[in-house]
Amino acid sequence: MTQFNPINWKTHPPYIHPPYRSTAKRGPLKKLLPLPQKLSELTGPVFGADTVNELDSDLTRNARVNGEPIGERIIVVGKLLDESGNAIPNALLEVWQANACGRYIHKVDQHDAPLDPNFTGCGRVLTDANGEYRFTTIKPGAYPWGNHENAWRPAHIHFSVFGTNFLQRLVTQMYFPGDPLMSLDPIFNGLPDENGKKRLVSDYAHDITTPEWALGYRFNIVVNGPKETPFETKEA
Amino acid sequence: MSQFEQSPSQTIGPFFRNALIEMTANQNNLINENTAGQKIIITGLVLDGNSQPITDSMVEIWQADANGYFNHPADPNRAKADPAFSGHGRSEAVNGGRYTFTTIKPGIIPGTVTPYINLRVFARGMLIHAISRIYFSDEAENDNDEVLNSVPAERRHTLVAQLDPAEPIPTYRFDLNMQGENETVFFNP
Ligand SMILES: [Fe+2]
Repeated sequence: MTQFNPINWKTHPPYIHPPYRSTAKRGPLKKLLPLPQKLSELTGPVFGADTVNELDSDLTRNARVNGEPIGERIIVVGKLLDESGNAIPNALLEVWQANACGRYIHKVDQHDAPLDPNFTGCGRVLTDANGEYRFTTIKPGAYPWGNHENAWRPAHIHFSVFGTNFLQRLVTQMYFPGDPLMSLDPIFNGLPDENGKKRLVSDYAHDITTPEWALGYRFNIVVNGPKETPFETKEA
Repeated sequence: MSQFEQSPSQTIGPFFRNALIEMTANQNNLINENTAGQKIIITGLVLDGNSQPITDSMVEIWQADANGYFNHPADPNRAKADPAFSGHGRSEAVNGGRYTFTTIKPGIIPGTVTPYINLRVFARGMLIHAISRIYFSDEAENDNDEVLNSVPAERRHTLVAQLDPAEPIPTYRFDLNMQGENETVFFNP
């Protein structure tokens, strides 16, 4: 069977990253052991078109009670690819985020900022035949957290990604360009390499910005690709 | 060289449940009345390095159907896979750090010798998920499994769910110890 590239630990964060304090007791300390890639690693859930409905990808409409949610309306688009550049169609993306004030609907979020009765910040979308996705939402606000004195998370949208197999599963966060809180954030700074960090920062996309309506952002996501055989190597 | 590089992981954080649990019903029950196989329950705690439950964690499983087949294009036996079984499950562990799945005992995947389930755990405080496996204490062929035998003998028990004889529905107990003396074996496939 086609083998896939393993997790690239040069770009993924380590389990233990002391500035993010709760990593200390929660990540494995012992060395990970090798696992051969067999059928159980090279398969994964298949999601059909009935998995999501149209409203699932419009967070400005999927939780309305008595009006529109408050905040800056945005459109987020992107493409799900593997490392060889193959588009991944019919992949389930799940997103969740704080509202414009930096407050999650989650009951344990105690941040002293208002909930929005018309916004849950939760959505789902399947990539299309070209591996592309699009959803509409409200730009999330920054929020404080208890990690250290005056700690604030930069604005972000959480993404859960199913690729085509067990190895391509990814949970990550999308950030916004120019946010001054990124360089202060122990979660973002848990990433070991600068290029990896850049890949989690969306681009402002004027081609997606819709006149009189919403700003556009583009966020492409790359998961493990098939191992290339020496024959396919394009290097000299 | 690959053309593109992997997007790095970030923590699932504490606030995933509204999207990942509530938007889809019943994700920790993988079976319905049409699913073939022996109904089982798998349950356990997700514990941190102080043996405290991690109450903002989530466990996902991926397993073969009762005959060892996957409903996935990479499986040459896909046509024979049980249409009433997706193989994918998800359980939050917010209640005292306990996750629970109702599923069927997987069949033996062609080319392997004993049943197992692939598992992934996510949590606030984990910047990237961890991958493990669940084997079953009542399977004699575990001793001949390639992966179990690749694990140092003194750690193998961390991958074996223990059948609880007191329960009417076969129930397997499988705690995930993220650290400590009995740290669960995690893999890097
Ligand atoms: Fe967040």
